[in-house]
Amino acid sequence: MRPRFAARSGGPPGEPRLVGYLYVAPAFIAFLIFGIWPFIQNVQISFTQWKGIGEPKPVGFDNYVEVLTDPDIYSAFLRSFILIFFYSLLPITIGLLLAALLSRIRIRGIAGYRVALFLPQTIAMVVIAIAWVWIYSQNGIVNEFLRLIGLDGVTRAWLGDFDWALPAIGLVGTWFNAGLCMVLFVAGVQKIPADLYDAARVDGAGPVQEFFAVTLPSLRNELVVALTLTVIFALRNFDLIWVSTGGGPGDATTTPSVLLYELGFEARRLGTGSAIGVILTGLILVVAILIVRIGERGEPEPGR
Amino acid sequence: MSTTTERVATHFLLIIFAVIAIYPLVSVLTLALTPSNEIITGFSLPSQITFDNFATAWNEGRFDEALVNSAIVAFTVVVVSVIFSVLAGYALGTMRFPGSSLIFFILITGLIIPYESLIIPLYQMFKEWRLLDSLPALILPQIGVSVTLGTFWMRGFFRSAPRSITEAARVDGAGHFRTLVGVLVPSAWPAILTLSVLIFMYTWNDFLLALVMNPSGRVFTAPLALSFFAGAQRVTDQTVVAAAAVLVALPVIIFYAFLQRHFVRGFLTGAVKE
Repeated sequence: MRPRFAARSGGPPGEPRLVGYLYVAPAFIAFLIFGIWPFIQNVQISFTQWKGIGEPKPVGFDNYVEVLTDPDIYSAFLRSFILIFFYSLLPITIGLLLAALLSRIRIRGIAGYRVALFLPQTIAMVVIAIAWVWIYSQNGIVNEFLRLIGLDGVTRAWLGDFDWALPAIGLVGTWFNAGLCMVLFVAGVQKIPADLYDAARVDGAGPVQEFFAVTLPSLRNELVVALTLTVIFALRNFDLIWVSTGGGPGDATTTPSVLLYELGFEARRLGTGSAIGVILTGLILVVAILIVRIGERGEPEPGR
Repeated sequence: MSTTTERVATHFLLIIFAVIAIYPLVSVLTLALTPSNEIITGFSLPSQITFDNFATAWNEGRFDEALVNSAIVAFTVVVVSVIFSVLAGYALGTMRFPGSSLIFFILITGLIIPYESLIIPLYQMFKEWRLLDSLPALILPQIGVSVTLGTFWMRGFFRSAPRSITEAARVDGAGHFRTLVGVLVPSAWPAILTLSVLIFMYTWNDFLLALVMNPSGRVFTAPLALSFFAGAQRVTDQTVVAAAAVLVALPVIIFYAFLQRHFVRGFLTGAVKE
């Protein structure tokens, strides 16, 4: 059915109406000026060499070649892939385990736990960074605990250690996202009709088969949301790292966004910084499309 | 009987997870209440409780100014973005006009484009406009990005609103604007509140934009002031930094305490709708 387009002042919503443009204009213009336009400029800058003043010098794909071949730059991307394990896969696994447990029994007072589990999501990353700098510090609870169980030799300044800084940051992300995943999956699992489980049990399914046959497919939507949010977070994460380690020690925790900031605002290499931004956007786009596709394949649903 | 054991075990597990979730924040609070001359470790509790650290942080870290700036930025961004989003969501959710799907498609690309790929040009733009180190430099880009989530959100709501409501308004002779303000907005109130909470949280907690748009550090927001204060004080006085962190986190925690359901729903509805 093709709508007829006619300018009309009255009539119900749903009728073709040009006044729609007026309603959309403020939001659309705001996004054009502060979203689309800077993004286009970012792409343009990425094909130039520019210090932020004077004329940008066109260099073709040089910046992209540099990003892909300079170990200092591409290793930042590799680090963000490592962070995906900590920020996304670990929390989702933890959330699923809890959901599997809660699929077998209904529990009262979930709302109370939810308040606590979701709390980290609301706090500014700068605050979270300061909390964990304290936890990982020489006198912090991690080292205190290790001393208590007699592992004095293992204690260290975790965030200052070349080998341990990245996993330590990663575990902060695990902590941050685990609550979100638990809340998402537990809410999802409680909407699964009980007769699905009854049917599975009649068929002789144990807890493990039950999880793969009923719980996991039913949580498809929640999984898509959790994966999208946490993977994008892992790829982008800036503030936690900037405040807790500044990308160090050395460049042990330097991620693409940290590098982008350093190149764009400290080293004044705007072209390379912009190229990192474009690649980051491309990565996020690909990941988002992949996740949604996989989600759709998981269980074809009719209509809507 | 086995279910009772299972139930107890599950509660036990949930309690452990809940404690882990809030422990880092509780430890910051404990640290903030510890006298600054006391030697502290991860396990120790303060011998006495003091509020001196809050006073020190307040006086030395420009937090009065930073919290006011953050409040102005967050309030303006929430109000303007929500109004823009309601208007755009109304049109895209209930009206037909040429190009409306294209407009919607362009708007939702904003959900994917990361700030990282905007800040270098945004900085140059505001430098050209001579607006660096100003509140508009913090407010305007936030609005530009928030309206994409907002329009997506409100469009979803208006699409699912029953047609009978708007039909009835039309029978009563209401025009399109009166239908929106008089009939749809009152019933959209919970959705609008959830959206406001989400935008408030993102805006208040933003760090990257504030850092970039403030090269001279003249217009501090709360998280920015905290990061600079922590950088300067880290070695000398952990307790004062912790107090500052509590000051910055507090406004959102207060909102969370009262509007907890809206915070969670912002994420959950996304899961149901996709």
